[in-house]
Amino acid sequence: MSAEAIVMMVVAMVVLWGGLALALLNLARSPDLPESSEVHRDL
Amino acid sequence: MSTTVHEQAEARRGAFSSRRVFVLAAIGSAVGLGNIWRFPYVAYENGGGAFVIPYLVALLTAGIPFLFLDYALGHRSRGSAPLAFARTRRATEGLGWWQVAICFMIAVYYAAVIAWALRYTFFSFDEAWGDDPEGFLFGDFLQAGDPGVDATIVPGVLVPLALVWIAVLVVMVLGVQKGIGATSVVFIPVLVIAFAALVVRSLFLPGAGEGLDALFTPDWGALGDAAVWAAAFGQIFFSLSVGFGIMITYASYVHRRTDMTGSGLVVGFANSGFELLAGIGVFAALGFMAQANGVAVGEVATDGLGLAFIAFPTIISEAPAGALIGVLFFGSLVFAGITSLISVIEVVVSAVRDKFEMTRRNAALVVTIPSALLSLVFFSTTSGVYVLDIVDHFINRFGILLVAVVSMLVLAWVVRAMPMLADHMNRNGSVRLGQWWLVLVSVVAPAALAYVLVRELIDNVQEAYEGYPGWMLGVFGWGAAAAVLVVGFVAARLRWRHPEALTIPDDRVVTEEGGQP
Repeated sequence: MSAEAIVMMVVAMVVLWGGLALALLNLARSPDLPESSEVHRDL
Repeated sequence: MSTTVHEQAEARRGAFSSRRVFVLAAIGSAVGLGNIWRFPYVAYENGGGAFVIPYLVALLTAGIPFLFLDYALGHRSRGSAPLAFARTRRATEGLGWWQVAICFMIAVYYAAVIAWALRYTFFSFDEAWGDDPEGFLFGDFLQAGDPGVDATIVPGVLVPLALVWIAVLVVMVLGVQKGIGATSVVFIPVLVIAFAALVVRSLFLPGAGEGLDALFTPDWGALGDAAVWAAAFGQIFFSLSVGFGIMITYASYVHRRTDMTGSGLVVGFANSGFELLAGIGVFAALGFMAQANGVAVGEVATDGLGLAFIAFPTIISEAPAGALIGVLFFGSLVFAGITSLISVIEVVVSAVRDKFEMTRRNAALVVTIPSALLSLVFFSTTSGVYVLDIVDHFINRFGILLVAVVSMLVLAWVVRAMPMLADHMNRNGSVRLGQWWLVLVSVVAPAALAYVLVRELIDNVQEAYEGYPGWMLGVFGWGAAAAVLVVGFVAARLRWRHPEALTIPDDRVVTEEGGQP
């Protein structure tokens, strides 16, 4: 692989996978609210 | 503890048991066949490594803001697409039904591709295609004749297609949490592991480096080309499953105080992150194929059906431990496809349930059985592949993209709902939707998507798609796109059984009397 291609591949990985990691960290700061059992009966 | 009318209404509609389940279901919907077989080639064709820039711009200025809009509509209104629109402004219900009709149409053909992938998973073991995968696909497997309509049944497609529909029916009857939620919680991790294994295997094939070189070498000149930017916005838009009811429907099943913007960021980046993984896996494998045949990567690079059912079988035949690659690749297509298929069908089931106040089981049967029958009639016959290709091409452009642009513009400029929707998202969201979001969803995203749409319109009017006969394009292309619009606005004329269904349940009542603290 050329140096240029490697750089762009790394940039894409850092931005997209790094972005996913940051998004997950951000979401983990707020509690995961469960629905009350009453609500997911789905009759 | 007394239950309110609204609580009972929510109990009837169903809900995801937690944010985690919702996020996995939304990723399951967004990650579909397009991530695997469309993104790699789009990136390669539109600047390679340089495509990262327009792609990111499109993700951040149109994709994720649009995802937030869908979430806001469904989460605030607590309803399927038609109900969410009707609860936002009564007169816009037709937009929701237009989206429902599109989903119905997509489900009918999307299932066929999953059925093919299911069959090919097993073909991988004995390399049933021999040394001519293309001849095998169109001849032995699909038994396709000349473009046209022919009712001759192809049993090799009929059986797996029926199996796919039985699986969908079971998931739909089981409901939001036990069906869709449970499927996503299992399928998405399995999909990621299987595809990651495929990527690792592909990277160790000879020629993989040349494949990645072809994909990532930047062509900076491409950034000055409007077509490249249109491709980036188109890819982001189609890949995220936004604008045609799915994310509205799923968001309506989420706890009222969930951080929806935070969830949306995870879904948006997970979808794009998976696309990148797919790009690496697919081009590493194509690099091997090019090397094995002594040609340039550009000669073998392709997308869609050609990539999945012609290029990959060739790779599987030529690579050491090819059967493993085959099972991982086609298995991934099946898993990614099924979670997307159930999301489009759920749009229809949910809308029918809301409007006609049906039980989950009845709505699932009323929607899934006719879809399955239509699917079997059209796509287990010898002309299936042509009809599928045409419907897919036209419904994507003049169904999904058109309804997305129209509904965004109506919400922004006619109903002027965006500030109210931003307020709703800001109540519990970790990403604050300020002026920037209003500008993106009212101006930037609709303008970019309208530009993509107009380009497509001009292309398709000027040139018959793939040279198909005019009557076929008229019926299955333009006709299908017009039909979903008409069906949508006719369905909106039907009366709601209970007019109070059109008001949003008051969440204060639920919070005080029986909700979570």
